[in-house]
Amino acid sequence: MKFVAQRFLFLLLSVWAAITINFFLPRMMPGNPAEVMLARYQGKLNPQALHALALQFGISHQPLWVQYWSYLISLLHGNLGVSVSYYPTPVTTVIAQSLPWTLALAGTATVISVVAGTWLGVISAWHRGTIVDDILPIATTVSSAIPYFWMALLLLYLFGFLLGWFPLGHAYSTIMVPSWSAGFVGNLLAHAILPLSTILISSLGGWLMSMRNNMLHILDDDFMTFGEARGLSSRRLVYIYAARNAILPNLTGFSMALGFVVSGALLTEIVFSYPGLGYQLFTAVENEDYPLMQGLFLIIALAVLLANFITELIYARLDPRVREE
Amino acid sequence: MIESGHVLNVSHLTVDYGNENTPALALRDVSLSVDPGEFVGLVGESGSGKSTLAYAILRLLHGGRVVEGSIEVSGQNVYELDSNHLRKFRWETVSMVFQGAMNSLNPVLTVEQHIFETIRAHDESVTLTALRSRTDELLDMVEIDKRRAQHYPHQLSGGMKQRVVIALAIALNPKLVIMDEPTTALDVVVQRAILDRIGEIQKRQRFAVLFITHDLSLVEQIAQTVSIMYAGKIVETTPVEQLLTGTLHHPYTRGLLNAIPELLEDNVAISSIPGHPPEITRLPSGCAFHPRCLYAKDECRMSPPILKLYAGSWIACERLPELEELYSDQ
Ligand SMILES: Nc1ncnc2c1ncn2[C@@H]1O[C@H](COP(=O)(O)OP(=O)(O)OP(=O)(O)O)[C@@H](O)[C@H]1O
Ligand SMILES: [Mg+2]
Repeated sequence: MKFVAQRFLFLLLSVWAAITINFFLPRMMPGNPAEVMLARYQGKLNPQALHALALQFGISHQPLWVQYWSYLISLLHGNLGVSVSYYPTPVTTVIAQSLPWTLALAGTATVISVVAGTWLGVISAWHRGTIVDDILPIATTVSSAIPYFWMALLLLYLFGFLLGWFPLGHAYSTIMVPSWSAGFVGNLLAHAILPLSTILISSLGGWLMSMRNNMLHILDDDFMTFGEARGLSSRRLVYIYAARNAILPNLTGFSMALGFVVSGALLTEIVFSYPGLGYQLFTAVENEDYPLMQGLFLIIALAVLLANFITELIYARLDPRVREE
Repeated sequence: MIESGHVLNVSHLTVDYGNENTPALALRDVSLSVDPGEFVGLVGESGSGKSTLAYAILRLLHGGRVVEGSIEVSGQNVYELDSNHLRKFRWETVSMVFQGAMNSLNPVLTVEQHIFETIRAHDESVTLTALRSRTDELLDMVEIDKRRAQHYPHQLSGGMKQRVVIALAIALNPKLVIMDEPTTALDVVVQRAILDRIGEIQKRQRFAVLFITHDLSLVEQIAQTVSIMYAGKIVETTPVEQLLTGTLHHPYTRGLLNAIPELLEDNVAISSIPGHPPEITRLPSGCAFHPRCLYAKDECRMSPPILKLYAGSWIACERLPELEELYSDQ
């Protein structure tokens, strides 16, 4: 319990740090991009919006701590400013609309990839020296050597363009009205398959190989042979002995992957015009939409921190050596 | 060679770690038997093949092959067991304290979970109450506080881990317990305490012990029979009293006996025997000990000697009849 409280305190501290950095970063950018941006929007936005933008980017005569304080207060109210590319939609609304898409697509893909890749790594290592262990690593090494971006284009070209099996982009057909009807869900899935496969194919191999390597190390440990000598079942030896220990070094990787789900699908989302956070980030950069960028960075940072926190709790559950420290 | 009565009967065992091109014979024509309840010491320098023999008995050779000979435990050929019987044979009939006992425990399981899983693997219907009382009993036997049952390996000292492993080894009342250098990594005081404990438990439970060590002085006090191994071969098997009374021994055994005082000070080199043991991929012809032997003659380089009974000891030396004279000439 003390451990959980300690980690939670650390989470709060790092969230505060992330928020603070998010406040200072635009104020420290060289060449004063905020003013450049303001100049660009002069005449396009109404004076109130311009003033709000100016405040958000530190073009203000108020002392820094007053600015910081009002920034914190507005954050507490869920106010991240107004997006300029989607003017006058607030940044929070843009994020709230794209987050579910990213979670559903990249989240699902990452979870499947981690679980399946890890499991295949276990199987591959356990059957070392057999045909299974010859084929699996080669197949996945090849697939993970292909960059996300390229894989996305390849799948899109083959199955979307040439064969026409799947739609070319977006989350669902624009003629459909969102609902829970079978037709619409089917349409969603059809749109999700190519981007999902892209993420899966490109990342699965990495999980497989790292789990396999950890496993091979553990399999040589004395406690494995000692378990075998005591007549334990091979099920127990694979899962409670080998896999249970081999997974520990990978937990940090899982947490990074989960944290970066929010941003990690960037390229895939761009290629498939999938309306998730990655796609929004791309739009924001293209349109120099600083408020949206800032909001997205904050969300990404928070996601990474939260995933880290959860992983630490899981780590402590799985590894008794961590619990007491 | 079915001699009933022995709990362990190893006959003419040869184990190869190499491939077709370069054989690496870690054991060569090893024969050894252990009677029920007997305490046998197996002594040899590092690399002489002691652990290989231990693993071979449990059919746990990783990377090695039995190329000749057989191993019988209670009259049953170990290498003819099907996988199910093999799983039961391991630990129900023969158990083993590993050389690396410090690393023998699964880091994510408690002491109690180790004991529970070991018993459960051989008795699915055992009740939790029975498991608990057996755990208490076992920990008591190896003098570990009951509260330690909930502890993880990293919370235990080296000596405690060693005791836990010993408790595991006797958990199923096996007929034979192999102990591979069970005290080597421990300091002298803990070593002594554990050795005494092993002796007491063994007398009470009446299992046989094959005790592996590089330290002859350690087994002199506890074993009944001692086998001396050199470069994968047993060069002498003798009742322990004969080591103490100074009857005729193999030149290598003699070297080990003279080395004992030095071994106690720093157990590194066997300084009374010049030279080093050979590599198993480049064994000398004939008697593998001949390059280091003070009494080697041409015939020692020809063919490997076989064990012969002489004055109560089994000794493998070409010059056996003359040794008595040779020794007294010095
Ligand atoms: N898995 C293996 N593969 C190849 N060679 C091996 C293997 N295990 C042991 N050997 C070799 O077999 C010989 C005997 O090794 P073994 O471990 O049985 O010796 P030991 O008497 O137990 O030594 P120690 O006192 O150091 O434990 C050594 O030459 C060793 O290098
Ligand atoms: Mg050894």
